[in-house]
Amino acid sequence: MSEAAASEPVSAARAPNGRSLWRETGERFVRNRAAMACIAVVSLLVALAALGPFLWPHGAGAIDAERIAWAPTTQHLHVLGTDAEGRDMVARLLTGLGASLLVGFLATMLSSAAGVAYGAIAGFVGGALDAILMRVVDALASVPLFLLAILLVVAIPTQDAMQNVMLVVIAIAAVQWLDMARLVRNRISALRRSAFVEAARAGGASSVQIAFRHVAPNVLGPIVLRAVLSAPVVVFLESVLSFLGFGVKEPLTSLGSLIAEGTLDMAAAPWMLLAPAATLSVTLLALNGVGDGLREALDPRARQ
Amino acid sequence: MFAQIVRRLAIAAPAMLAMISAAFLLIHAAPGGPFSRDARAAPEIARRLDHAHNADRPAPEQLGAYLLRVLHGDLGPSMRYKDKTVVDIIADGLPTSALLCAAALCLALSVGVSLGMIAALRQSKPHDHILMGLAAFAIGAPILAVGPVLSWALGVELHWLPVGGLHRDEYGVRYLVLPVLTLALPQIALVARQMRAGMIDALRSDAIRTARAKGLPERKVIWRHAAPMAILPVAAQLGSTISGVLIGGLIVENMFRLPGVGWQFVAAAHARDDTTVLGGVIVYAVLIVVFNLAAAVLSRALDPRMRHA
Repeated sequence: MSEAAASEPVSAARAPNGRSLWRETGERFVRNRAAMACIAVVSLLVALAALGPFLWPHGAGAIDAERIAWAPTTQHLHVLGTDAEGRDMVARLLTGLGASLLVGFLATMLSSAAGVAYGAIAGFVGGALDAILMRVVDALASVPLFLLAILLVVAIPTQDAMQNVMLVVIAIAAVQWLDMARLVRNRISALRRSAFVEAARAGGASSVQIAFRHVAPNVLGPIVLRAVLSAPVVVFLESVLSFLGFGVKEPLTSLGSLIAEGTLDMAAAPWMLLAPAATLSVTLLALNGVGDGLREALDPRARQ
Repeated sequence: MFAQIVRRLAIAAPAMLAMISAAFLLIHAAPGGPFSRDARAAPEIARRLDHAHNADRPAPEQLGAYLLRVLHGDLGPSMRYKDKTVVDIIADGLPTSALLCAAALCLALSVGVSLGMIAALRQSKPHDHILMGLAAFAIGAPILAVGPVLSWALGVELHWLPVGGLHRDEYGVRYLVLPVLTLALPQIALVARQMRAGMIDALRSDAIRTARAKGLPERKVIWRHAAPMAILPVAAQLGSTISGVLIGGLIVENMFRLPGVGWQFVAAAHARDDTTVLGGVIVYAVLIVVFNLAAAVLSRALDPRMRHA
């Protein structure tokens, strides 16, 4: 789809009737009911993760030794039950959701920023440096970087929970930046050779002006789309790392760790598995839905 | 074709070398060591252990020696199981991983291609909408949630299938049903999407209009002319499909406690069995590079336009 989309937004960025690409995209997105529903779900999840821990009466670390692995009940407001250590599942779930979303957000930002910077250097400089930089990306894409991310988390010691979260963010970003680098490099490289950039250069625009006034607005759409599309992948990678025991550490938890804990007791306490599994599924489906909606809004012809 | 293979290897071989080196240096920089759990060992014994495994040499020197041994097919002794070499351990796990991944890949390609064709031939009709809705769900829903929940529902609650583990007897295949299904599900959906898009493009092409115009029966138009065109995007994505199955296999093995290479790798990373960790990295790197190369070759062989390119 990237090739098909390449020619269109170039003119649409400054459409003659004064309607910007972003306004048109926004209008198409708002008309897409499925996408709006997904946005609503994502907003709800973010609000729950951000405010929930303050509003919910149980703390995520508070142990209720009287009620270990209780099934969901209205007593004492353990509506999703308690875990094997007597901690309230709703409180654990809210904390886990928060950690997953936080890592997801930070890793999406970091990997996108790294990919954009790398791709922009390759695209703008061009020539031999471009060739070398892109061969490096090809090389990295041909090996299972995810295993290195695991080793990175194992190898680097962390002092506290925040450092640990940052390490996981870096490990995930290290796996995830390649697509963005390729996309940005290819778009910039194509735009640099396009007729309107040539016209701008002939008109005396400096390299900086060309980069920011002419090229940047035209790669912004694909960059935002790619970042949004990579968000669910990043959240998934975080939950896999945590599931395998390499993610965020206790007392902090994430949806992946909660699922791993849930599988241990799934015969006796299935709610410990089902609650985080459902939360992770809803989160990823909603994030995917937002990405799909944005893709259709940016490029209506992609919809068949 | 030959030049293409050489060019891809010229990128992949240094990448593999760099990855193995990075993995080696990372695991050596990690705090503690393979013998730190033997905390009771006297300093003199610890020194001798380190010396016996060359662990008292500088890291680059150890790396060089390690790479040289790897080239001779020697991955070293396990740091955890004193009577096993890493080659033994991997030879033990590889058949399980291979069976799991091969079954999931076959399922993904056969079912994915069929569903994609059905959706494309009924484009914008209820069948298509239902199938593509299911595909969006299968791609979005994480195997991390789907696998354990399937295992709970079909294994714990209904007792239809084993919950996890593996027995290598006549019932062994029952242990693989859930893992293969879990692993294949998102890939089926991805392949179905690729096939549907390929088929829709093919049906719109001039070649198909010509075939219909000259009066070929629709069955022949679809199977003889459209399907070979439509399969090309699936073939072009085969490399990433295989990579997805291999890395997904690592997750699924740990989910269902299947003793494959992925399970061994994760267990070794937790237990600081450094040589087995590196062995796992090498196996995955080699498999992914080799299968991506094979997929690229196959994709070119299927596309007549590429044969002389």
